[in-house]
Parts: sequence; C-alpha cells; structure tokens
Amino acid sequence: METKPGQVSTGKPQDAKPRLLLMGLRRSGKSSIASVVFHKMPPNETLFLESTTRIQKDSIHSFMDFQVWDFPGQLEYLEPSFDLEDIFGSLGALVWVIDAQDDYLDSVARLNRTILTVQQYYPNINIEVFIHKVDGLSEEYRTDTFQDIVQLISDELSDAGYENAPVHYYLTSIYDYSVFEAFSKVIQKLIPNLSTLENLINTLGNNCGFEKTYLFDVLSKIYIASDTRPVDMSCYEMCSDYIDVIVDISELYSWDHPDRKPKGEQNQEAESHVVLHDETMIHLMEMNKYLCLVSVIRNPEAKEKKGLIDMNCRTFQEALNDVFSRSWEQDQEGSEHGQTQGQVTEHGEPGSNN
Amino acid sequence: MDVRKKKRKVLLMGKSGSGKSSMRSIIFSNYVAKDVRRLGATIDVEHSHVKFMGNLTLNLWDCGGQDAFMETYLASQRGNIFSDVAVLIYVFDIESREVERDLDTYHAIIGALKEYSPNAYVFCLVHKLDLIQAEHRQRIYEERSALIRSRSDHFSIDTFGSSIWDQSLYKAWAGIVHRLIPNLTVIERFLHAFAKRIDAEEVILFERSTFLTVTSVASEIGDLNPIYDRHERLSNIMKAFKHCAARNTHTTPASAGFVVMHTKTPQFNVFLGRFTDNTYIFLVVPPGEAAYNCAVLNTMLAREGFSKAAAMGHGDGFPLPAPESPDGELANNSHANGYL
Repeated sequence: METKPGQVSTGKPQDAKPRLLLMGLRRSGKSSIASVVFHKMPPNETLFLESTTRIQKDSIHSFMDFQVWDFPGQLEYLEPSFDLEDIFGSLGALVWVIDAQDDYLDSVARLNRTILTVQQYYPNINIEVFIHKVDGLSEEYRTDTFQDIVQLISDELSDAGYENAPVHYYLTSIYDYSVFEAFSKVIQKLIPNLSTLENLINTLGNNCGFEKTYLFDVLSKIYIASDTRPVDMSCYEMCSDYIDVIVDISELYSWDHPDRKPKGEQNQEAESHVVLHDETMIHLMEMNKYLCLVSVIRNPEAKEKKGLIDMNCRTFQEALNDVFSRSWEQDQEGSEHGQTQGQVTEHGEPGSNN
Repeated sequence: MDVRKKKRKVLLMGKSGSGKSSMRSIIFSNYVAKDVRRLGATIDVEHSHVKFMGNLTLNLWDCGGQDAFMETYLASQRGNIFSDVAVLIYVFDIESREVERDLDTYHAIIGALKEYSPNAYVFCLVHKLDLIQAEHRQRIYEERSALIRSRSDHFSIDTFGSSIWDQSLYKAWAGIVHRLIPNLTVIERFLHAFAKRIDAEEVILFERSTFLTVTSVASEIGDLNPIYDRHERLSNIMKAFKHCAARNTHTTPASAGFVVMHTKTPQFNVFLGRFTDNTYIFLVVPPGEAAYNCAVLNTMLAREGFSKAAAMGHGDGFPLPAPESPDGELANNSHANGYL
C-alpha cells in the first residue's frame, strides 16, 4: 500500500495502461501463449516460432488498452543494467510460465528471486504462475506437479519472510481452453470495475433465466467478466466456440458491394442464437466494437421469452457502455484512481489459488 | 407407393497409407482430424453403408492399399470388386516417393474398371497437400493432376487437392456427392424458385450428418461474393461446432446437431434449420428484420410441404425423377423416412 508517490507520477500518461509481463525460462512457451491468445495463431503452428531474443512489446487495443511484454528467457533483467522501474513500474501482472514437462526447479528458484525483488518495490503487481504444457501430462501427474510447484514457491517465500504471497497458479495448455481461461482471470484482476460488471451480469442472468453468461472480448476470446455462478467449463467452451462460428460466418458474408442493400430496419449490433439437439440455447449479442455477451440457456420457460431476452440484453448493453464511458472519464482525470481500485479487487479475493 | 432406392457402389482406392480411411472417418464417421492417428491399416476391404439424402445410399468399399491386396483385387477378385461401380475414388499421397509406380498401379486399376464398369465416374484426390508449403501447393497439385490425367485412358476424371486439416476435404467430397444424387435437377429447380421468392442472396442445402454441400443457388448479387470456397468453409465451421456441442453435452457427434440457428448482423442475416430429414437449409438474406422473418416463415412452410411428401413415401420429400434409369432398384416395402 505504501506506494511511493514518485512511482505513479513517473509513469508517463501513455504508460498508464496495464501491462502483462510474460516471463519464464527459455522454451517454456511464453511466445506461443502470446501468439495463440493475442494473435489467433493455431496452436500446432507455434512449433515453428523462433526463440525470442529481445523484449517483444505488443499493444492490445480492445475494450481496455493494455500491453503484453514478452521477455526472452535468457534475459537477466534483475541485473543492475536493467531499469526495474521501466519494467515493473506500471500497474499490471507478472505472468511466469513454467514448463511442467521439464525440470522446473530452476524456473521456480528464479521466480522466487524475481518475486522477492519485485515485491519490495512494487507490491501492487499481481504474480500469476502458469504451469504450462500440461496437455502432455496425465491427470494424476498434473495434480502432483501443481501441488509440488505451489509448495516449493510458498515454502521458499515464507522462508524468506514473505508470508501469504499473493501468487496465483493456473494449469495451462495452448491446445485447449485453459490458457484462455487463465488469461481471463489475469485480465479480470486488472479491470477497475469488475464487481460492477459482475453485478450487472448477475441481474441480467437472474431475470432472464440464463444458466451461465460471459462477457467476451471478441478478438482474444478472453472473458472479462461472467456471472458469479460456479465456472462450468462446458458452457465456456461452447460459448467461446460459438463466437468463432459467428465470426467465421461473418467473414464469409460481410463483403462490400454497392448493390447489397438492406431491405428494412434492423439493429446495428449483431445478434445470434442457436438451439442444439438437446434444446440448449446459446445466445450471443454484440455489445460494442470489442465485446459480446454470450449466454447458455437451458430453462425451457426462459427460452420461450426470446423477446424479453433481447430487450434485457439491450438494457444491459446500455448499462455496460455507461460503466465504460464512466471509467474512461476517470482514466483521463488521473491514473491514480484506477490504480487504487485495481488494488481493491486484488485484495478482495485473496488466496484463490487452487 | 414404392420408393426407388438408389444404392451406389463407391470404391475408395489408393496406396497403403495414402489417407483413404482417414478421410472416410472424418467425412462419414464424425472423427476430427487429430483422431485419425488412432486408425490402423485397412485389411482387405471394409464395407460400409452411408445413407445420404434418404433415397441415396452410398455403398462404400474402402479397399486396403497394401501391394498384396492390390494384386488380389486385380486378379482373383477382379469381377467382384470392379463390377457395378458407380464411382471410383482414387487417393494419391502427394508425398509419395514412387510416383511412377503409383501411376502404374492406378493405370492397372483404371484398366480393370474400364472392363467391368466403363460408365463409372472417376475422382482422383491428391491428398496430404498440407505437407507442401503453401506457395508451391497449386503448382505441384496441377503437375500431379496432369500426370494422373495422362494415365486415365478414356475416363474423364475430376481431380481435387485435399487435406484433412482444412476445408479442401469438404470441397472434394461435396464434388463427389454432388455427382451421385439422383434427383439433383429437381432439387435445384426448387431451390432456384424458392430463393427467388424469398429474395435470398444464397441458399445452400447441407446433408445433415456429414454437413457436405448437396447443392446451392445464389442470386445475381450473391454470386458476386468474392469468397469462392465459402461452402466448404461453412461445412468445416459447422462441423467443428457440432463436435464442440457433442463434447460438451456428453453425447456422440453423430447424435449432436442443430435445431435452428438465427444470425442477424448489419451486413447480412443467416438462417440455418432442419429442412428435410437429411438436410439442413442455410439462407443468406439481406438485413431487414421483417424481410428476414418472412423468409424464415416461408422456409418453415416449405418444410411442412416436404415432410408431407416424405410421409407419402417420396423419399426425402424431394420429388424423384421419372423412373427410367436402369440401375435403380425397386425397394420391396414402402419406406418412410421416420421423421419426427
């Protein structure tokens, strides 16, 4: 909490956007993760990625602008020649990638050193550990590895006098949805008004009888908020794939031609729903340029009231855009406010590291 | 009323390991591309019946491609294998190191086919194109098809480049199936009239379980769509989502499917729904809520008409062509398509 006042003010205005730092040993999969999540690269093509030799800075323009910095594994950024302020001096998250299929003791030791250095100066930074490449491990071995790594890190940190370190762990793989799920969680902690969004989605879901609702960033397919019912991976997968279906179909039929004219009034935002063989309905509505709301509906009564669903989603859309325009105004007033709010959400859910 | 059921014998041949069973599993048995690693070598001939569009049944002979089998097909089994063939699908592995020898085998097969089924269609698939660098694909494929053509005697063959990893597989198989549907002209005439009536940019008919394009019509404007491979891409998209739905609703891909899908965007509106028992209809209409709802309503009405026709025994609901083709077999008992 005792942030030195100098730190915030030194951050130039354009650097105020949150920053994700991807770190870990070489060949642990950092660039692959960045390519799959932020550049839509098919997972099997990441085999051909060259090893990263310098810091790759990526600006992501979406509902909220943020940066992704991909660090080369061999870089010794803790050496005095690197300006720590330059790297960590901005609100964000440190994502540490550990190759679970390899010997991870080295990686863990380095992570601990990094955490101990970083947290002295920048206690606000979220530490997120991706235990990566778990697709190659059996279920049992996966759990063991997870336990082992968590144990190693927390033991060593508490030996060094840093109790209850706010470190979060995720099992990830680029070959399934886990890496998107993990990034969703990481990003959500950086969103200043997450709880407002969650409340809004809860209200919408309760009123419309939705089973589960996600607010997705269309480009990266990270969800930035969802209702607070328990996570259901199967709903998430279907929603995420349904976005693909709509995006892909739109690609095929959105060509421009002067003779293509509309034949009447229609809403400017895309809306789609599908009913599957078991009567499950998936409803998708575009919220703005970046976001779309996807819901799974199983309640038969709810499905009949399609008009109500559409209307409620529109109301939600207005509320959502209100929330975002508010927070943009705040951002312009000064980045300090956003920073303190970020802290609140971080401490709001301590120890959710299982 | 009797239904004339069409059973078409389809031979699937090619060298061992060229990918015959893999593509068959993906198209007809709901495998996904990475699952085909589990398939072993095909021993002798594997027969399967695929019901396609109600009154058309594909009798698929997947012929193991090892040299020993090939020899028996050409010698002792010759009459059994090559008689009554409607379609021969011959698969070439683009990575094969013995191109000349492959072509010799192919030529021998063509010789046998000429003897027993001179009227068969021949399709050659140049397969595993994903293994070639993208910029050379077209050139290498064309060179290879020219070689194949030169060894095909009097048969006028169709060649396709394909890979199980993208939509090219759907293009190839849709092309094959398109040739086999007996009442295609009737279906197309109907679709034309229908598309015009509801003012659709494009209407596509997909087969239900394989999601192969049966046929499609486009309006003058719809024809201007610059994306030429959109049909096979749609097959790919929808089938991928079907797999996802199956996985997440704990059912088999075969029983998963869509009841209906509506999509409204500022540039176009799309409706996908069950049409006849074995087909989905896919409508693309210009934006406009009212016009879209009208189009959907009309589709529902047309569907009712078709299911009535199906109940009366008209196969899949599509009227059948005049009964004159010699290879049509008469089914003994009237067969209803068991629609719900």
